[in-house]
Order: sequence, then C-alpha cells, then structure tokens
Amino acid sequence: MSLRTNLILRLVLLALVAVVIQDAAISQITLFGVSADVMPLVVMSVGLLCGSMTGAVMGFGAGLLVDLLLVQTLGITSLLYLLIGYWSGRVRELRDPSHGLVPVAAGAAATAVAQVGMAMLQFLLGVNAPVSGLLVQQIFVTILINTLISLPVYAIVRRTLRGAVPEDPRRRRGRRYTTGGLSPLHQSGERFGPLPRSDLK
Amino acid sequence: MHDKRVRRRRVALVALVAASLILLTAYFGGPPSSPLHTIQRGIVQIFSPIQQGASTVLSPVRDIAGWFSDTFHARSQVTQLRKKVERLTSELAQAQEAQLLNRQLSREVHLDATDNISHYKPVTADVIWHDPTLWYQTIEIDKGSDDGVQVDQPVIGDGALVGKVSTVDPTVSVVQLITDHSVNVAAQVQDKKGDTGLLVPAVGNPNEMLLQDLPRIVPGQPGPQLGQLVVTAGYKSGPLNSLYPRGIPIGQVSNASANNLINNNQVQVSPAADLRHLSVVQVLTSPHAPAIRAQVP
Repeated sequence: MSLRTNLILRLVLLALVAVVIQDAAISQITLFGVSADVMPLVVMSVGLLCGSMTGAVMGFGAGLLVDLLLVQTLGITSLLYLLIGYWSGRVRELRDPSHGLVPVAAGAAATAVAQVGMAMLQFLLGVNAPVSGLLVQQIFVTILINTLISLPVYAIVRRTLRGAVPEDPRRRRGRRYTTGGLSPLHQSGERFGPLPRSDLK
Repeated sequence: MHDKRVRRRRVALVALVAASLILLTAYFGGPPSSPLHTIQRGIVQIFSPIQQGASTVLSPVRDIAGWFSDTFHARSQVTQLRKKVERLTSELAQAQEAQLLNRQLSREVHLDATDNISHYKPVTADVIWHDPTLWYQTIEIDKGSDDGVQVDQPVIGDGALVGKVSTVDPTVSVVQLITDHSVNVAAQVQDKKGDTGLLVPAVGNPNEMLLQDLPRIVPGQPGPQLGQLVVTAGYKSGPLNSLYPRGIPIGQVSNASANNLINNNQVQVSPAADLRHLSVVQVLTSPHAPAIRAQVP
C-alpha cells in the first residue's frame, strides 16, 4: 500500500470515528451548559500535520459527513471546516509551527472560526426566533473548552497518522541543520572538533 | 514547478468552496423530496446501525460524565429547590381540592376525562444521537416509520413536550427540539384566564423560551405569574389542527416581569424537560385522537 493510500484510509477512518464519538458521547457531556466540539480540532490537526491541500479536502469531507449524518443544511459545515483545514495547513507551510503550544492557539482559532462562522451563516440564511445574548457567552465557553482539549486531540490525531504523514513538524524541529549556512557558533564543537586541553588553561 | 503547485492548490480550494456553496444553495432552496434530501436520508439510514451501536457502547462514558455533571448541578440547586417544594406543597393542596370538585362535576355532565397519554398511542424510543451545535437542536431516535412514526408528530420526554419529528426513515427518526429556532408551539399559561401565546425558543439559550403574543394585560388584572405551568394550547381552527394535542406540559414561567409583559406581551418560560440529557422519549403517533368526550345530560 502506498503512503498516499495509507494516509487517505487513515483520514477517512479518523473522520468517521471522530463524528461517531462526537455525536454519540461528547455532545451529551455538558460543561457550563455547553459541550466540546472535537471536529474543528481534528480538521485543524490534520491541516497542521499534512498541509493545506489535505487539510482542505479533509475539512470538506468531514463537514459534509457531519451535515449528512446530523440532517443539517448541506454545505454549511463543509464550507467552514474546509477553511479551517486549509488555513491550518497554510500555517504549517508558511510559519513552520514547531512550538509545542501551536495546536492550542490553532485549536482556539479553529473553534472560533467554526462557531462564529456558523452563527454568521445561520443569520444569513434567516433565523425565525429571537437570539439570546447568551449565545455569545456559549460561543466563548465552547472556544475555551476546545482550547483546553486541543492538545490531547492533536496528539491523538498525530498518533493516528504516524507513519503516513509526509513530514512531522516536531521531527523537523529536532532535526540537525545539515545544509549549512547558519551561524558557525551552532554546534561549534562538531564543526571544529574538540578544543585541545592546552587552550582551556 | 512551484507555480504549478500553487496554482493547483488554489484551483482545488476554489473548487471545494464552490462545491460547498452549490450544495448549500441547492439544499436550502430544495423541497424535502429533492435528490439531496433523499440522499441525506439514505446516508442516515445506512449509518443508523453504526450510530445505535456506538450509542450503546459509549453509554457508560456518558453516564459517568452525566453523574459528575448532575452532582455539581444538584448541589447548586438545593436552596432553589427547597423554596420550590414549599410553594408546590401549598399548590398541591389547592390542586387536590380542585381535582375533587372536577371529578364531581365531570360525573354530573357525564364527561369522560381519561385524557392520559395512552390515548395518543405513544411509541417509546431511545435517543441515539444529539446534535452538538448551538444552532441545530435535534436528536435522533431509534424508531421510524416501521413503528408508526410520521413527520410532525409530537415527542414528549421527562413528562413534557420536547419537540416534533422532522425526518423519518424506516428505523430511525430525527426530532427537532422545542429549542430549535425553526420550532414554534401554541401554548397556554395555566392561570385563571388561560392566556395563550406562541412559544418560540431563544437561540443560544437552551434553558429559556419566550411565550410571545400574549393578550395585552388589563390594569388591575394580573398577568401570568412566576412558576405557573405552561402547556400546549392544542388549537383547532377549521381544518387546521395544532400539531400538538392540548394540555401537554412544556415548562414553567421563569420570568414574568411587568415591563416585558406590557411592552412586548411576552414572558420567559423554562422547559420542564432536560433537553440536553434526554435518553428516552415517546412519540405520540396519534396526536389528534379524541381524548375527552362530553355528553349533555
């Protein structure tokens, strides 16, 4: 099985399992009146690990699956998730997100895009009922809860895709600088060899 | 090579965005019998065994989390509930007296007042999925058209109205909760006047609804009061029947400020059922069955 086929299979499985767990269990566990939404975090993690193209396609597919299974208006969630997947992939490609806390910030941003974007699209499509001011609070709490769980979700996604991901940003961070050109002070001991004892006196 | 890759990426992004917008437009403007709706129902039907299995397997996780959540919630409610018990005890005494009188009068006019829920042929169903978003307040249940469930039938849970059936497949159905922004219910406050209005959800707040279009209050006469029960009005106007039978509890008046009543003709209502943690519901498959028959002596 090629690397690409392996990745596609794992992404499909990941999306299916995430949707099932989200809707059968996580959505019924409430904290401060809201429940966590792991789907934007999964899409964000895939974008960060696999790049913008894979992130966008994963976002579109996962969003479409959510819309189909939950009998929602088709296209809304897929539009939002594809933007999240594409954006997080571009972050990886342009900024080299090697810091350990990048998934936390990206998770907060991804949830904000999903929640605020959903509200905006619903308003555009027309809401028949009055909107409570509590909606803003609920969106904020959801972003907060998702931010807290973004790191474990990212770790699970990374573990699931291990071996099939083209290049792991964390591995890139730990990689030695092999092409030269950076400061000669970096790893000076290796470049010039150990200093003679007489020079240390 | 780099330009080609960038161009390919942009084309793919535009194509996916366009596909989403086309889907959205086609679905939103299409009738329920459109191909997209049919495909969606087919997918739900295919996935329903997986959903039911996952719901069963993951129920211990839900139960544990629910136990912690309920414990914290219960601790915060102790004082509030003690006051409520005191108020309800006095109301119970009045209600028992009224019930006795009602029974005597009913006997005199030969009124068959057996309006319990069994008249509406309830079908009990397990909740297998909850929609996690703040915007779509829906649940999925494990009973469908094979069990007599049809679109628009009322659904009750925790002894109160929780919503109506919106999509039906042979083995599963989707229920729109009363807190979904597209659901309105004709409701009545059980006060002396029986004020009737339209109950609409407050989007973003699952614990609050608004009973709008109440009759304008007359000075000197009290309007709806805090804690009064709100039930379905079950109107009938010519060939038009309300979807919901009369007298099903919905919730209680949670805020009846004079300002809101005078200026907006509305009161706030909190649903009686815990809509976020429903596990079993009942679909009333014969909501327009005659429940009360009176005979002139």
